[in-house]
Amino acid sequence: MSANTPVIELRNVDKSFGPIDVLHEISLKVRAGEVLCLLGDNGAGKSTLIKTLAGVHAPTRGEILVDGKPTTFDGPRDAQDRGIATVHQFGGTYPLMSIGRNFFLGMEPTKGFGPFKVFDRKKANQIAVEEVQKMGITRITDGDRLVGGLSGGERQSLAIARAVYFGARVLILDEPTAALGVKQAAHVLRIVNEAKKRGLAVIFITHQVMHAMTVGDHFAVLIRGAIAADFRKGEKTREEITDLMAGGETMADLEASIEGYMETHEGHPPKVATAD
Amino acid sequence: MDMISSLFRRPAAASVISLIGVLFFYVIFGGVDLDKLSGAASWVNYAARIGIVALPVALLMISGEIDISIGAMIPAGAMTTAIVAGHYELPMIVAIIAALAVGVLVGLFNGLLATRTSVPTLIITLGTLVGMQGIVLAGSKLLTGAASVPLTSPAWAKTVFGDFLFGGSHQVVIIWWIILTAVFWFFAHQSKYGNWIFAIGGDKVSAKNAGIPVDKITILLFIGTATSASFVGMCHAILFNSAQVSGGMNDIFNIIVSVVVGGVLLTGGFGSILGVFVGTITFAIVIKGIDFTAIDRNWANLIIGVMLLIAVGMNETFRKKALTAVTKKKKG
Repeated sequence: MSANTPVIELRNVDKSFGPIDVLHEISLKVRAGEVLCLLGDNGAGKSTLIKTLAGVHAPTRGEILVDGKPTTFDGPRDAQDRGIATVHQFGGTYPLMSIGRNFFLGMEPTKGFGPFKVFDRKKANQIAVEEVQKMGITRITDGDRLVGGLSGGERQSLAIARAVYFGARVLILDEPTAALGVKQAAHVLRIVNEAKKRGLAVIFITHQVMHAMTVGDHFAVLIRGAIAADFRKGEKTREEITDLMAGGETMADLEASIEGYMETHEGHPPKVATAD
Repeated sequence: MDMISSLFRRPAAASVISLIGVLFFYVIFGGVDLDKLSGAASWVNYAARIGIVALPVALLMISGEIDISIGAMIPAGAMTTAIVAGHYELPMIVAIIAALAVGVLVGLFNGLLATRTSVPTLIITLGTLVGMQGIVLAGSKLLTGAASVPLTSPAWAKTVFGDFLFGGSHQVVIIWWIILTAVFWFFAHQSKYGNWIFAIGGDKVSAKNAGIPVDKITILLFIGTATSASFVGMCHAILFNSAQVSGGMNDIFNIIVSVVVGGVLLTGGFGSILGVFVGTITFAIVIKGIDFTAIDRNWANLIIGVMLLIAVGMNETFRKKALTAVTKKKKG
């Protein structure tokens, strides 16, 4: 396997639910240490695509390749076992549980023997705090703190650090910055960069073009279930990408028509059309 | 100060304060002699009876579900024991196994319905509650012709399940209660399975994605509640040498109030076994301790109602405190 083989690749993947086609001929690939940004407006098929990548849905047609080999996932657990980790918008964390317990959920370190195996709280807390700090969140110092007391960005970071620690090779981030403020979003973007530096293949789903441009190496725009554009970093400007996402009706056209109207109407913006 | 504030953040905080509050109230307004109260058996016996069921109910509620069929399972356990050992005169060990088996079966039924359907467990177990009441009453009439069945227990069964300690008036179930509290505490707070139960109550879908066998654990928790209720009924039948068909409606609410006062969040994901233990004691002291006061015992329910609201209010506050707490803000 050469270093250039994509960690995960979709080839002409279609997905339909009964008579409704949701994805058409999706082809994309991500290599290790690369961030692929999937851009799309609401309803473009982003979440179906994520679920297909994460093993929740099987493709109707087409194939998924992991390390260049055609693969079918038996379910989300199978995909996880192959190193494909999905982090959802709210991080899949449990607000009323401590950081250490959250981090090791389902993989608890224990000490002792037989029926007296005890959850090793000290070790869990220590590793969790270390891993989160390595990701650049230095504000977290106490593994006993409840996750509900963390900010949205910190919760995302915790979930990402967890995926990285448990050996994820592909990180699917589902709108990680959508619900966050500017500062928190910057936090998460820094962590995406960190994951990339560590050689993970990152699939970053968003509709915020600015966030995508900050970390992305490779971009794909999804419109009505098909890939409308596929380009690399620096090939398109922010305006062009926004226009693509809006589905053809270009922002520039819209702006021009508003400006034109204002020039001819003494600076008033256009009135909302009323029915006669 | 740091220690005090961290105590307040524990799920058991409100139950401890409730206990102290109730004791103060009884001493100041009821003229209770604390020596007499702490030596009395009535409230300890009662606490053990509801406490043994409150422990598994607490775990189930932490996982985000509820079981009210426990109300029917206490008489069901008692009647099964009495019918098998008393009416059919089979060996006591058969009766004990039968009583526990009834608990396992009903728990399994509840658990399977809870995991296979999307019906809320309040409704599912309401169904089993009423259904089991019918089965116990009709079954008892059909098999024995009466709604009250006497039995005689061998000495060993008396010693283990239904006797008084040291010839006094404390029942042996108190020992069971204390042992079970230790077992449940270990299970909930020290083992990894406890972690899973908290996670299920926090976010079921994410817990499933993290590879936790959510359905299996839910079914086991339902088996735990029904079986422990039937165990309590069995102990009672052995202690009093008889069993009656009864509704057991009071027990449902008493047990759930104890659990909630003990700091368990009704929607799941938060709580502690220690808190439930203290909550049970508090509840038992309100109900049975009122006899030691100058207060008319009919006021007991009012006190319970007020205590429940105050405890839940405190739980809310303390939980918020726990969430916003930034422990180590010290620099350097």
